[in-house]
Amino acid sequence: MSSTAQELDQLIGKEYKEGFVTDIEADTFEPGLNEDVIRRLSAIKKEPEWLLEWRLEAFRHWQTMVGPDWAKLDVPPIDYQALSYYSAPKSKKDGPKSLDEVDPKLLETYEKLGIPLEERAALAGIAVDAVFDSVSVATTFKDKLNDAGVIFCSFSEAVQEHPELVKQYLGTVVPQGDNFFAALNSAVFSDGSFIYIPKGTRCPMELSTYFRINAANTGQFERTLIVADEGSYVSYLEGCTAPRRDENQLHAAVVELVALDNAQIKYSTVQNWYPGDEEGRGGIYNFVTKRAECRGVSSKVSWTQVETGSAITWKYPSCVLKGDNSVGEFYSVALSTLKQQADTGTKMVHIGKNTSSTIISKGISAMRGSNAYRGLVKVAKGADNARNYTQCDSLLMGDRCAAHTFPYMEVANPTAQVEHEATTSKISDDQMFYCTSRGISEEDAVSMIVNGFCKEVIKELPMEFAVEAQKLLGVSLEGSVG
Amino acid sequence: MSATEHFAAQVRASARAGADVAWLNQTREQALASFEQMGLPTTRNEHWKYTAIKPIEKKAFAAVVGHVGIDDIQPFLFEGLDADRMVFVNGAYHHGLSRIASEGVRIASLAAVLADDAATVEPYLGKIADPRASGFAALNTAGLVDGAFVHVERNQAAARPLLLLFVASGNDAFAQPRNLIVADEGGSVSVIEHYVTLGQGAHFTNAVTEISVAANAEVRHYKVQQESDKAFHIATLQADQARNGRLHSYQVSLGGAIARNDVNTRLNGEGAEAEMNGLYLVDGRQHMDFHTNIEHVVPHCISRENYRGVLDGRGRGVFNGKVHVYENAVKTDSDMSNKNLLLSSNAEIDTKPELEIYNDDVKCAHGATIGQLDEVHMFYLRSRGIDPVAARSLLVFAFANEVLQTLPLEAVRTTLEKTLIARLPKADHLDELVQ
Repeated sequence: MSSTAQELDQLIGKEYKEGFVTDIEADTFEPGLNEDVIRRLSAIKKEPEWLLEWRLEAFRHWQTMVGPDWAKLDVPPIDYQALSYYSAPKSKKDGPKSLDEVDPKLLETYEKLGIPLEERAALAGIAVDAVFDSVSVATTFKDKLNDAGVIFCSFSEAVQEHPELVKQYLGTVVPQGDNFFAALNSAVFSDGSFIYIPKGTRCPMELSTYFRINAANTGQFERTLIVADEGSYVSYLEGCTAPRRDENQLHAAVVELVALDNAQIKYSTVQNWYPGDEEGRGGIYNFVTKRAECRGVSSKVSWTQVETGSAITWKYPSCVLKGDNSVGEFYSVALSTLKQQADTGTKMVHIGKNTSSTIISKGISAMRGSNAYRGLVKVAKGADNARNYTQCDSLLMGDRCAAHTFPYMEVANPTAQVEHEATTSKISDDQMFYCTSRGISEEDAVSMIVNGFCKEVIKELPMEFAVEAQKLLGVSLEGSVG
Repeated sequence: MSATEHFAAQVRASARAGADVAWLNQTREQALASFEQMGLPTTRNEHWKYTAIKPIEKKAFAAVVGHVGIDDIQPFLFEGLDADRMVFVNGAYHHGLSRIASEGVRIASLAAVLADDAATVEPYLGKIADPRASGFAALNTAGLVDGAFVHVERNQAAARPLLLLFVASGNDAFAQPRNLIVADEGGSVSVIEHYVTLGQGAHFTNAVTEISVAANAEVRHYKVQQESDKAFHIATLQADQARNGRLHSYQVSLGGAIARNDVNTRLNGEGAEAEMNGLYLVDGRQHMDFHTNIEHVVPHCISRENYRGVLDGRGRGVFNGKVHVYENAVKTDSDMSNKNLLLSSNAEIDTKPELEIYNDDVKCAHGATIGQLDEVHMFYLRSRGIDPVAARSLLVFAFANEVLQTLPLEAVRTTLEKTLIARLPKADHLDELVQ
């Protein structure tokens, strides 16, 4: 392979294809954060008193905290008073009852993304609870889910219709004061998804939500809560793309998963938010707290993520394995190119007996990207026969990128088996030579090798997402690979 | 008086007794200022996350004069080892017990060198190990008085290995050995640092060793820490390696209530190679912490690291191995392995093999495991009529011995093998099996 570095750079460098802004009227709070803002936010959403108190409690705690600085990230200071904490599309006021009533400009936005709602809903058989900025504007397949007894709605709706469930589970996995960003989210969360799968129910379809960040300078504070009751199963897909902006935007979401006895939750993410340009201007700050609690015996939670976007990613989807025989899985592909920074990984906390966890993490760094895997495997004293296997590999492309691995292992039980393996390497000249000597172009060869590198993770995604994820990786890595 | 004030007062007093050289005084003063500013590390410091040093702060450790005879040190001289030796009692050089006869190498106490010939050590002392790396490194530098100085000149090979025996006698003794090993171009030397306690007392050793490996030079550094179970042992090893320079570091940690070792090297010249092997046996209420850091600064360097731990009783082990590959260090080849055997339900291990890489043309791998003895292996031995306790001991021995096998000096290796066997249950039985 000749003049590898420059060519790779060309292959890797590409314009963000999904950067556009939909110009629709929005109801937006003026920038600033104080208790009044939270009261107003809560009032607009007609929330019960306990929830307002819960938010205020979180806010008071947040004020005493400082942002984390231990990650291998260079985060410019964020002025939380300069952000606006609520933005809702105007059309919501008229309340669209069906797709026809949804603002055509919104639908157009989805069209440009290649995910026409109707088509996706009808052809793919997926219920899409589309979150456009902060308010859900379209929900489909409600009836079918209703028949199965599955509750799948926006978080605000759940607060109105199922307050007892929300109250029972909210904050039980990620407490209000868990960390700086979780506390901020707890105080000002706007909307998100709520899912409840009743006992013994297998959710009849893959559930999906599309998040987009639209209006400038509105931090998005999603709150997602999924509860899988005894013996139930649900697969949830989350995809993210955001229009192009020059100012950095903050996204501080909280996702809580609860799996009761014998329940299974599969949570998949494809994240393709605006990564900023080559100089690191613009892009999303993705500071997310995702945590699952395997509360019941033999419960299982599986996180799969493909992360190609965001300027800065700070995210550690975790599993607390409380129930005996519970299983946690984490499959991740994280790509950092341009000047992106990612500090991501997982935590597996083994508490119950006979618990097992698997971590497969694939990091790809290119151009001036920096990618850190930070993981914790903790085996508590009583967690007899805990089993963990961790593999985290890094692929490097370009002499100015960086890859780091910080795997913490804390084991206090002599019956535990914990293994960690990691390798770091580049695409070898031999691999390239093998491909090119068989008439495969360099672009195709790079794409092929990268896809092979990520295969173990991609195959864990539901089919539709696997296709999209592969496409995303290809698009993110080069400009012209067909 | 706070612990920081106590130790600051201690080192001020010892520094006054040390050599009066302008540049050295300045180094000490700067280190003291850093120490007073930093204090001793707390668990809020990421590098000390798992190691609380509170017990060290609670006692008023101070310099103690000890009386030690040749019979006292005889058991610690590694049977059959033909070596020069320097003996330090509570940190101070003991001329009477030392034997220095070898050609090709200059061996002297640092205090003596600083008194007559300070210019020789000026380019190295306090320049290799950063006194600001931690409160302990600063404390050692602030009270820098004595230790061993070893110097092999260009293309010379020390005829015999050098044994540095650090004896702690008496309760509450505070010793701060400072060693400097310099191998000029093409030079080669083996040094064994052996830390022991007379009796079962509590004392505090805070050691720093600096090693300079010039082009084509080779240094083999052994460190055997066998202090009492009440002792506190903190030590830093920092090496600088030039082109094709080779460093072999062997660490064996057996004693101490709290034992913390920082083992660091910088590969500053192309073709430099570092080998770092270590073994820690943790039992009772012991706490042992190893932090290693290999910095690949330039291209074409190789590092190999293999640490193993056996954790029993209520002991706790910590391993943090870091490989740092700089932006221009292409063709770096690095491999790190940390394996742990967890034998008791009250023991704990916290391990973190870290990689920090700023360059794409590297081959780096690391692995860590935590587990138990293999049941199939147990079955194999038991089916051959070996009782379970002896079988278990045999397997533990085999696991730990893989590190000891890498030690080139036979006398050191066999002595440590015997020590290891003696620590295991059914030692007599085991002796037969291993022979």
